[in-house]
Amino acid sequence: MTKKILVVDDEENILISLEFLLQRAGYDVAVAHDGDEALAQAERFAPDLILLDVMMPKKDGYEVCRLLRQDPRHEACKIVLLTAKGRDIDRAKGLAQGADDYLTKPFSTKELLEHVERLLAPGTV
Amino acid sequence: MPSAEGAFSWQPLPAWLAAIVAFGYLSLLFAVAYRADRQARLGRSLTDAGWVYALSIAVYCTAWTYFGSVGRAASGGLWFLPIYLGPTLVMLLAPVLVRRMVRVAKEWRITSVSDFIATRYGRAAGLGRFVSLFVFVGVVPYVALQLKAIAFAFDVLTGVPEATAAGWWSDRSLWVAVVLVIFAALFGTRHLDVTERHEGLVAAIAFESVVKLAAFLLLGAWVTFVVFPGPGAIVEAAQARFGTAIAPLDVVDGLHYGDWAVMILLSGLAFLLLPRQFQVMVVENVRVGHVDRAAWQFPAYLLLINLFVLPVALAGRLFFVDVSLDPDTYVLALPLAQGQSLLALLVFLGGISAATSMVIVESVAVATMVCNDWVAPWWVRRRQVAELGHAEIAGTLLWVRRVVIAAVLACGYGYYRLTGESFALVSIGLISFAAVAQLAPAALGGLFWSGGSRTGAAAGIAVGVLVWSYTLMLPSLAKSGWFEAHWLETGPWGMVWLQPERLFGVEGMAPLTASVVWSLGLNTLVYVLLSLVFPPHGAEAQGARRFVRVESSAGAGGVWRGRVGVPAVAQVMARFLGEERTRELLLGYARERGLAAVEALEVDAAFVRFAETMLAGAIGGAAARLVLETLLEEATPSFDDVMHVLDEANQIRTYSRMLEEKSRALEEATRRLQEANEKLTELDRLKDEFISAVTHELRTPLTSIRALAEILADDPDLPREDRLRFYRIIVRECERLTRLVNQVLDLAKLESGHGEWQPEALEMRDLVQEAIEAIVPLAQEKQVRLEVSIEPGLPAVWADRDRVVQVILNLLNNALKFVPSGAGIITIRVGRQAAGEVAVQVADNGPGIPPEFIPHVFERFRQATGGLAKPPGTGLGLAICKRIVEHLGGRIWVESLPGEGARFTFTVPIAERLEPGNEGGGHDDEENPSGR
Repeated sequence: MTKKILVVDDEENILISLEFLLQRAGYDVAVAHDGDEALAQAERFAPDLILLDVMMPKKDGYEVCRLLRQDPRHEACKIVLLTAKGRDIDRAKGLAQGADDYLTKPFSTKELLEHVERLLAPGTV
Repeated sequence: MPSAEGAFSWQPLPAWLAAIVAFGYLSLLFAVAYRADRQARLGRSLTDAGWVYALSIAVYCTAWTYFGSVGRAASGGLWFLPIYLGPTLVMLLAPVLVRRMVRVAKEWRITSVSDFIATRYGRAAGLGRFVSLFVFVGVVPYVALQLKAIAFAFDVLTGVPEATAAGWWSDRSLWVAVVLVIFAALFGTRHLDVTERHEGLVAAIAFESVVKLAAFLLLGAWVTFVVFPGPGAIVEAAQARFGTAIAPLDVVDGLHYGDWAVMILLSGLAFLLLPRQFQVMVVENVRVGHVDRAAWQFPAYLLLINLFVLPVALAGRLFFVDVSLDPDTYVLALPLAQGQSLLALLVFLGGISAATSMVIVESVAVATMVCNDWVAPWWVRRRQVAELGHAEIAGTLLWVRRVVIAAVLACGYGYYRLTGESFALVSIGLISFAAVAQLAPAALGGLFWSGGSRTGAAAGIAVGVLVWSYTLMLPSLAKSGWFEAHWLETGPWGMVWLQPERLFGVEGMAPLTASVVWSLGLNTLVYVLLSLVFPPHGAEAQGARRFVRVESSAGAGGVWRGRVGVPAVAQVMARFLGEERTRELLLGYARERGLAAVEALEVDAAFVRFAETMLAGAIGGAAARLVLETLLEEATPSFDDVMHVLDEANQIRTYSRMLEEKSRALEEATRRLQEANEKLTELDRLKDEFISAVTHELRTPLTSIRALAEILADDPDLPREDRLRFYRIIVRECERLTRLVNQVLDLAKLESGHGEWQPEALEMRDLVQEAIEAIVPLAQEKQVRLEVSIEPGLPAVWADRDRVVQVILNLLNNALKFVPSGAGIITIRVGRQAAGEVAVQVADNGPGIPPEFIPHVFERFRQATGGLAKPPGTGLGLAICKRIVEHLGGRIWVESLPGEGARFTFTVPIAERLEPGNEGGGHDDEENPSGR
């Protein structure tokens, strides 16, 4: 069964590149441009994993992460935070909000795919 | 050369004329005093002049001087001089001695010589009472002497020995005395606070000093140069007639050099301490600086008034050689004998003025003394005084003074009538001098020696007075026949060694000299010894130190542990000093201490001392202290002790205050450091935020670039369409990175102030067009309409071309970002703004800016999204615009309502206003060459 991934970022070009990359890697990909859209998409699309940008208009990544984690329907959904701020404090904050992983921009595509694969591998909780 | 030998007869003046002249003169005196008082009330002090001060000191020259000097010189040659040498020497010391007395008196608001002594020895009320009583008694004969002189002058002038003429009511000296009482009461008791000076009184005294000097000089000049051809001629005539012109110094009346020295000392001390001298010299002093000038002006006065004493005396002797005429009458007899009635009248007036000035000042001074030392303390102790207002209190006390003035004159007059002719003028004066001199050890010692104590002063004065009475007063009374004089020779109860005039068997001194040596010597000895045995303590020691050092009382702080507030003290002060004056004084005191209002004052030891000092000016030190003691009753452990404790506590408090000040300064420094630190922290935080924001802005495009580049690299078989799309994105993101880096650098340059600026006069029209040309392709691409309107005839602006174009482009780009594609309209308006500015406005029809965001528009990395996806741009453009515009001296702002677009406006100053060297215009260049 094809895993579904939701990519959330306010940068159109990042969405373009990640959508292309992940589709080619065999995932079912949906995109969202801000926090609200992300929550709506999560509802509708029910992704197995969300790549979530932190710095976004309206609701930021942390907020989206927190709301998703409050919803039992998304319990199984993996969340990977993407941030352009590479500070330890941001990483800790993200993990505290219930994110499963954390990637600092710019990342290599290989690194991203590895993380995604590992998180979606069966047996991983 | 004229000679009156054997031809003694003169035409006396009619009695009525003498009376009219005398009382006319006294009326003139009233006028002078009245005018001076009026001027003083109008704020134009007549007595605030050094020479007036010096002239008022000349109250020293009494009728005794006026008539007696010539008498003395006629019989004793130069023996008239020591009485003037003493004051002259004292005045040479005035800048040290008198100045100090004046300053102390001003600081402590001292009202009289007895107050001076009492205040110095810890507000010793008893001592003050004793001194004032003694001075009163000592001064009465002196006043009598003046009244006698007045009667005497009348007698000589009118040729009628009036004392025997008719009843007491026809005694003109009595009526003169009555007029003097009225004068002294009118002008000498104007205010309760004697430290508010009596301008009228002083002016009248100075005027009298001029009159007596002028009269005497005129007489002297007339005798010396008109009657005789010159002073040499008089001396020659005297030598021819008597063998010697002037008696040798050492054998006049059996007097010796020692007597000279004692006489000089005596007159010097009396000059300082006689009530009237203290009054004019110390109490009535307007400025301390006047003392310095009086130091030579007053001796000069003495020199002038004595200039013709010897010639007149010799002339008198020559003139009246065969007539047994009292030499004291020479000054009047000479002009009368020559038929110079007018001159005789003038001399008569001089004598009257000498006598009256003394009587007036002396009675006022003694009245203040008696009132403050005796009546006021006794009176304020009575309960009902507490209920009286200022007017009643002042009124009553002033009336007390007036009554005392009358009493002084009545006593003087009575004394004169009783003793009659039994005293020579000089001897009465000298007895008074010797009496007053008894105050010298306590007064002068107290001024320079802080070790002098109350016990020492009181005992010294008591001993001095005792010895003075025994060796001088009693013998003189005995000699005038009041009681049997034989014990003078045998000593009391046959004890020869107690002979009053040869005490302890010591012989060879004139009675006066002996009395002065014994009384003053023992007085000083007792004062010093007892002061050493019983040194001052408590408040007395404090007062002593302050007297000697002339410390400012304002410096001392200290807390008064009482429940009495400033208003209560002020109320008491107002009762004696009046509401208005009290308010003035308190305000002055508060200002002195750096407080804005009286309300801020606290009742501390310094304040109590201040209140006491101010009250002392009105009712004397003793009464003032009593009043405050009653008020601050809870301080029952006695004022002295409290002051003592406060004195010690004060020092500790001074240290602790210093410590407090230090620690406060430290706290202040710490606070400033903290502030600086917070500022630094804030700056650091801002810098971190900026770097973090820049990092974010760099990483975002890098993420796309890297991802796309890796996709391209990993899959060479990508469809061409995708490849091209990705390449384009990569290029665009690279451009975005470049732009960001450039703008960060640009901003850094602007903020550090190292940017390169090339300002010049520019037409804003050109700049706007340049910017529009650059933006047109983008606008066309987005199908945005550009509307431009430029006001014609705009002045040139003073700016940097590239920078202004950058700002306009930034605003246009910004607008372009937000306007809807296809329907966008951007309006550019250029016109005049407020004086001296050209404004450029860029308006769009985009979504506008949310109101809460408007304040942050020009901050770095603050991008409004207006609800749409993130617009392209670095977030630095507007921040850069703001810095550029402000650097050029203009302003930039934005107006916007959500949904109605945004309107950015910036202004640039016009060239005319800022261009350097513009004021002079271009003319300089043309003028300069022709000028050279």
